[in-house]
Amino acid sequence: MPDTFLDSTELVLNMGPQHPSTHGVLRVILKLDGEKILGTDCVIGYLHRGVEKIAENRTYAQFNPYVDRMDYVAAISNGLGYCLAVEKLLNVEAPPRAQVVRVILTELNRIASHLLWLGTHALDIGAITPVFYCFREREEALKIFEQYCGARLTTHAFRIGGLQYETYEGFERDVKEFCKMFPPKVDEYEELLTNNRIWAGRLKGVGILNGDDCKEYGVTGPVLRAAGVKWDLRKAQPYSGYEKYDFEIPTRENGDTYDRYIVRMQEMRQSVRIMEQAVEAIPAGPILGKVGKVIKPPVGEAYVSIEAPKGELGYYVVSDGSTQPYRVRVRPPSYVNLQALDKMVRGALIADIVAVIGTLDIVLGEVDR
Amino acid sequence: MADEQKPGGSEVPSPPAGEGAKPPAKPAADAAKPAPPKPAAPPKPPATMAATPWDSDLAREVKARFGDGVLAASTYLGQDFVLTKPESAVPVLEYLKLEADFDYLVDITAVDWPKRAERFDLVYIVYSFPHNQRIRIKTQIVDGFEPRTATGVHLTANWLEREVFDMFGIRFAGHPDLRRILMPEDWQGYPLRKDYGILQQDVRWVQENLGIESGQ
Repeated sequence: MPDTFLDSTELVLNMGPQHPSTHGVLRVILKLDGEKILGTDCVIGYLHRGVEKIAENRTYAQFNPYVDRMDYVAAISNGLGYCLAVEKLLNVEAPPRAQVVRVILTELNRIASHLLWLGTHALDIGAITPVFYCFREREEALKIFEQYCGARLTTHAFRIGGLQYETYEGFERDVKEFCKMFPPKVDEYEELLTNNRIWAGRLKGVGILNGDDCKEYGVTGPVLRAAGVKWDLRKAQPYSGYEKYDFEIPTRENGDTYDRYIVRMQEMRQSVRIMEQAVEAIPAGPILGKVGKVIKPPVGEAYVSIEAPKGELGYYVVSDGSTQPYRVRVRPPSYVNLQALDKMVRGALIADIVAVIGTLDIVLGEVDR
Repeated sequence: MADEQKPGGSEVPSPPAGEGAKPPAKPAADAAKPAPPKPAAPPKPPATMAATPWDSDLAREVKARFGDGVLAASTYLGQDFVLTKPESAVPVLEYLKLEADFDYLVDITAVDWPKRAERFDLVYIVYSFPHNQRIRIKTQIVDGFEPRTATGVHLTANWLEREVFDMFGIRFAGHPDLRRILMPEDWQGYPLRKDYGILQQDVRWVQENLGIESGQ
């Protein structure tokens, strides 16, 4: 028997890019001591399409559909951020009616995004049932998108200056029905998971990232809030009239995977609250502001960010006064959050990395752009 | 600053409002012409951003602290930014983090201006959780200049600087792990430079690694 048979040296293990729990094409190189993780190196870029380069070769309006392809499970948030950035450069504001419809659709998309996260995260951990429940309700949200703009995933729902489409007949009824139907379903998910001993055992104390580390790594969104930092751009720097709605920012203290789960569950309930208020107060009026057919912002630059389901999504747009953006920089929450993975899994077990990748809620389309 | 909390176009400050009056007028003028699909090079637009000086305690403090290192403090559309000399950018970041509570580095990016002597704008966006305030630090560097890394100040700078290096070829001095991040490691060329065509590719890399003649 060779001496190396019981060799206990470090082992380098490759995970992905074709691994179901990496949620796309993320490759993680793991350095292991037995089952313990000593270090990681993320290899990304498999989905790099050069979105920022494409932006420089399209007009402002032509680039709008491309942003949907970054975080494709929250396409509406991407579109909102981009439209707000260009509107800032143009110094125009969407009309009140458009703003309210934008808020409804964006919150509905936040729920759809969180549902996809919950279903796949639970699936990674080994709970098969939640994914069917989540997709059942997500379907209802996607039906509303489809009725509204014809697309379910990459919706291109908004236009620079407001909206392209008027709401359809029965839009308000559908949204109200969703708001009534959905909270009991969240109870159902919680019944399955929140007090489930296996679920808690797999998540509690795993992948801890405290508030200071979050700030140091630039981590935002539910991950930051689960670490006790009460910060949400919808409250801190409201856009699209979010200051008019009464809602809470859910936070937790421990910053572990379980807390991030709880925060997202509560966020879905808060999104329903926002939608309930918004749908009662859709004002009449135009849906598109005065932006003209040719969008040509004056020379200048602006950085506008919104609270996307995954964190701070920012657009830094530079205009040289022509019809095409001179530079569009996307500040993607998934990319920045993913950098903290190494910090979160060092010293953990190899099974935990699956839970941590799931709880970071990354979308590789946005990481790689 | 105050405007930052109310995004959108409803700001009252005079210069942006004056700018805002223009866009609605322009499309009308364009519509009168026989529908040019791409007005390629209209000589009309002013060459510079209509920014106004940013007058605040913080701006004065930074100026006093860094003297010549800070070239200007301006504001445009209610967003404040500081233009610094290349070697002062990271010290300003450090000062802002340690003494002015700008504890969150939002983003680092670059803009390529090939016709300018200092070819690149390097842009740092920072945010302060306690003050709910966001500012940008901008610096202009020549091609080949190696700015100091900000990883010693904010850990998040690691990947952000790697992406800037990957896309623009700006090397950060002292960076702990300066490798390409989105493009393949042995790819030739820096895609977000303006002289890199949209259809351009590293033909040799594509042929060797993908086994096809062209990726286009």
